[in-house]
Amino acid sequence: MRRLTIQLPGLELKNPIMPASGCFGFGKEYGGLYDLSKLGAIMIKATTVETRLGNPTPRVAETPAGMLNAIGLQNPGLEKVMANELPWLERFDVPIIANVAGTTTEDYVEVAKKISTAPNVKALELNISCPNVKHGGITFGTDPVVARELVEAVKAVSTVPVYVKLSPNVTDIVEIAKAVEAGGADGITMINTLIGMRLDERTGKPVIANGTGGLSGPAVKPVAIRMVYDVYKAVSIPIIGMGGVSCAQDVIDFMSAGASAVAVGTANFVDPFVCPNIIDALPAKLEELGVKHIKEIIGRSHR
Amino acid sequence: MIQQERMIVVRQSEIAHHIFELTLQGQIVQDMNPGQFVHIRVSETFEPLLRRPISIANIDKETGEVTLIYRAEGRGTKLLSQKQVGDEVDVLGPLGNGFSVETAPEGGTALLVGGGIGVPPLYELAKQLNARGIRTIQVFGFATEEVTFYEEQFSTLGDTHFVTVDGTKGTKGFVTDLLEELKPEFDVFYACGPMPMLRALEQFYPNKEGYLSFEERMGCGIGACFACVCKTTDSTDKDYVKVCSDGPVFPKGVVQL
Ligand SMILES: Cc1cc2nc3c(=O)[nH]c(=O)nc-3n(C[C@H](O)[C@H](O)[C@H](O)COP(=O)(O)OP(=O)(O)OC[C@H]3O[C@@H](n4cnc5c(N)ncnc54)[C@H](O)[C@@H]3O)c2cc1C
Ligand SMILES: Cc1cc2nc3c(=O)[nH]c(=O)nc-3n(C[C@H](O)[C@H](O)[C@H](O)COP(=O)(O)O)c2cc1C
Ligand code: FES
Repeated sequence: MRRLTIQLPGLELKNPIMPASGCFGFGKEYGGLYDLSKLGAIMIKATTVETRLGNPTPRVAETPAGMLNAIGLQNPGLEKVMANELPWLERFDVPIIANVAGTTTEDYVEVAKKISTAPNVKALELNISCPNVKHGGITFGTDPVVARELVEAVKAVSTVPVYVKLSPNVTDIVEIAKAVEAGGADGITMINTLIGMRLDERTGKPVIANGTGGLSGPAVKPVAIRMVYDVYKAVSIPIIGMGGVSCAQDVIDFMSAGASAVAVGTANFVDPFVCPNIIDALPAKLEELGVKHIKEIIGRSHR
Repeated sequence: MIQQERMIVVRQSEIAHHIFELTLQGQIVQDMNPGQFVHIRVSETFEPLLRRPISIANIDKETGEVTLIYRAEGRGTKLLSQKQVGDEVDVLGPLGNGFSVETAPEGGTALLVGGGIGVPPLYELAKQLNARGIRTIQVFGFATEEVTFYEEQFSTLGDTHFVTVDGTKGTKGFVTDLLEELKPEFDVFYACGPMPMLRALEQFYPNKEGYLSFEERMGCGIGACFACVCKTTDSTDKDYVKVCSDGPVFPKGVVQL
């Protein structure tokens, strides 16, 4: 399996496959199904300073080859994540990437400072798709200056490398990617969900109680691939790609476009064993492509 | 233990208008309990993408068969209704916590109340209660006669009453109308059906022990995605519960109705 290893800032990955934040909780449920040590890493559910109860239901709606969600960053809060969730994950030989969220810079700083001290947290993933209450609720990730300042503030306190999760809901994602790189980000994860809406056929009203939701699943893959492709050309920090990954070929596609590793989100709901299945399928894919080590395909679209 | 299994279709038929009875065979049947559900992938493609949660209606551990009863209404359930004998179906289960059969006092009486497509899980429950020597009174509400099912099967288990909104079968109205008239004597009640029905039952029997089964839109079905969260009442120490992994059955008074 040595042919699947990937080294990234803070992360020694056995393989480039990891469940995406929010689609794997804090690992307990999937840990009942298979050995989580098999995974390259785990991106845990967004953690905020306080407990978040999230949005009213319905929170999910199915769409063609995808789904919308408006979970509302529900999580037990920093203290409980530190006391219960992260220690539980220590039984597995797998690096944890902690997804950090908030509504003010201070929130992010507080979560980042504490959560980066957990022994198994090897990197942070800043979820900058959250509304910034001090800037009229506009998301941190849509303004390059705000995004850069946030990264700088978090970098100043984090004891582990900081990855920034880009929102696709922007005019120019490359501009944001460059801004967070300039702010000192160690890597980029992309993409978060695309804002969408589904209407009830009878009432004509949104199906999701929150009105809008984030689109994920196979439907978003072409959008994600294009964005990874463009960002790869513009920055020199590594990218963890995601958006609609459900099989080994999708992983090859993301890595070809420029991702160094790949996260799997929605596909876990469709097939709870999708991550180990992809990991098992990768060597044969490399064989097919005549590639010795998976690293060789990173960015091959550009060569 | 939760497992994923490719179960085999052994029977499938339409038992009422758009209501299908599907029997699947596989190992995971050995772990099933009444009130639990399975999460079914109806297609090998991305259309539709998500699994469909369906309650367990009948468990036969000897033959390794489970029966599901569902309404084929949307895209997913319509595809499921086209599965033929011998086909494989990707099933994740058994999921959730079902009805507690043990809490009913031996020699006592249980009231089972179901609404529409909430009736199926009460069948295995009634069987298991009967097996423990508990009498069951069964009150089921449906929209209209053509969507009613399992009258014969339930009748062999206990007093069975049907109510239809349009009066085409049994009493006309809602289950609560009939309960008001029947004034049944019982020790514990179990219910599965639409929210207004569950709410009405809690108000109807404030001093009785009761168990309610809930429905919510799901993603993962195993507790990881927070899609199916319900608010709890002040009487519990939790802020919320997940229907898929904490439920779908909760003791009366836990979920905010
Ligand atoms: C724990 C549980 C047990 C259930 N048991 C049964 C049963 O025994 N028999 C039965 O007929 N139905 C049951 N349901 C409802 C059943 O899941 C839905 O009718 C079904 O998912 C609808 O799928 P569709 O393809 O027909 O509709 P679509 O409109 O294509 O569904 C679109 C999406 O919405 C979801 N959805 C739609 N309606 C519901 C609903 N009422 N509850 C939850 N999700 C929904 C679907 O799962 C899917 O993700 C149960 C639901 C839950 C949560
Ligand atoms: C139910 C659900 C919850 C999510 N929660 C989070 C979250 O808490 N933090 C985050 O950064 N991304 C979250 N995401 C986004 C995913 O991590 C991922 O970026 C996105 O879904 C695209 O990947 P996919 O198509 O493989 O799902 C969530 C996605 C889903 C479907
Ligand atoms: S459906 Fe995912 S937590 Fe219940």
